[in-house]
Amino acid sequence: MSAATFKIWRTLPGGDGTFQTFHTEVADGMVVLDVVHKVQAEQAPDLAVRWNCKAGKCGSCSAEINGTPRLMCMTRMDELNLWEPVTVEPMRAFPPIKDLVTDVSWNFRVKKGITKFTPRTPDAPDGTWRMAQRDVDRVQEFRKCIECFLCQDVCHVLRDHGKFDEFIGPRFFVYTANLEMNPLDTADRVPELKHDKGIGYCNITKCCTTVCPEHIHITDNAIIPLKERVVSRYYDPITRLLRVFTS
Amino acid sequence: MDAIPVTITRRGAGETTRTDVWWGTPLAIFVGLSLFVAYSTWAAFQNAHYTYGPYLSPFYSPVIWASPGDTAGLEHAWLGVKPDWIPALLPFSPALLILPFPGLFRFTCYYYRGAYYKSFWADPPACAVGEPRNSYLGEQWFPLILQNVHRYFMWIAVIFLFILSYDVWLAVWFPNPATGATEFGVGLGTIILTVNVVLLSSYTLGCHAMRHVAGGAHDEVSKHPFCDKAYACSTALNYKHQLFAWMSLISVAFSDIYVRLCSMGIWSDVRFL
Repeated sequence: MSAATFKIWRTLPGGDGTFQTFHTEVADGMVVLDVVHKVQAEQAPDLAVRWNCKAGKCGSCSAEINGTPRLMCMTRMDELNLWEPVTVEPMRAFPPIKDLVTDVSWNFRVKKGITKFTPRTPDAPDGTWRMAQRDVDRVQEFRKCIECFLCQDVCHVLRDHGKFDEFIGPRFFVYTANLEMNPLDTADRVPELKHDKGIGYCNITKCCTTVCPEHIHITDNAIIPLKERVVSRYYDPITRLLRVFTS
Repeated sequence: MDAIPVTITRRGAGETTRTDVWWGTPLAIFVGLSLFVAYSTWAAFQNAHYTYGPYLSPFYSPVIWASPGDTAGLEHAWLGVKPDWIPALLPFSPALLILPFPGLFRFTCYYYRGAYYKSFWADPPACAVGEPRNSYLGEQWFPLILQNVHRYFMWIAVIFLFILSYDVWLAVWFPNPATGATEFGVGLGTIILTVNVVLLSSYTLGCHAMRHVAGGAHDEVSKHPFCDKAYACSTALNYKHQLFAWMSLISVAFSDIYVRLCSMGIWSDVRFL
């Protein structure tokens, strides 16, 4: 066991918040979520924290640990410098509900606005399709997303500029890429990407990729390929001309 | 999309609770890119010491026109001496005619965009660090919407790869002072120019725009055999795009420095064959 000091964000009755300091003991193998639970059990029973699986798969315990968006259940204590206080605060991009819990419902509303999967007619009489494995592999990566919304939290377009009504954020570019690049899908989402979903606001800082606990190459494999499709459709006169002749 | 009521306490410039050295990488990129831009600009305006024997600095390749009296440069010039219609008042150097193209290829490159937006414009200074400005247009609007021209500069960069490869071919034919003829040889400069072309090719062919053109535009790339292989190759290079971006940037500057030092007599080229 070793001593640790935690500064955990607590909301105040007026809606604002402040860091509250807790001194506690940590044991080998503990993660930040364990310590937050320990503090909750021993010192602050009214401390609010959202969690579920404690295995990095439910995406519930997203927070900012020492200022970096991370899952509390996947941040081991031995990764942190315990000589300094460890700060734990809620995701800054979303409205606070209480303590470490934020309202992420905006994300679910955004998801509803994306054109749904529209498969082509089945390839075989039995109603099944045929796909090459490597075409499936390309979008399989996007399906690893656990919707922790850390990428949304760290994206400065949402976090610092608050463009919630013009920009859907990295999570939903991954979601759109999963649909748009699906070998079976026939829907065209390029116009909505440009006009409604604000893909042009992404300036490729790769912060979303950096914080992704599933190590999805969000920027390289989802956002930039979608940006390139928008470029081909709207900004590349030669491609547009070729499309006139080939269509 | 419906507007939604979100209340966020926006942080001030540089404000963060990050405890790591978050400013280290942006600062290193700022210094690295600044040094490169400063050196390449200085080298481009020199209009001297850009050839040595069969070597030609990549900053000056291709030499479209050479300055009058520049006999060494004239050997590499495609169209001879600088024409009279170029105003004498304008600063002239063969590098000034061609460097804007690879320069703009890198300027519009997706990797460099993300890097210099952070390092030079603090937009953001680093991930999860407060920004100095409230307004934000991104690449959705003018002027940064012009970054979408990237794929055109990519094609020009591909042409440069062929030209620089030809320079490597020329760099294995050394003049023999005794006979006056050229003979096959390999010097340290040959190897440096070769490595430079390999690194530039790895950077250019792994570019995101190339990846899209090679096959990324297809949802079922497996149905396009050529695109299938090209996409796989470009993707493999793309995974190390950042690494190749920096290595090729360093190698192109180092190649110029090597040729320059040899030409100035500060360094003697080493012949292996």
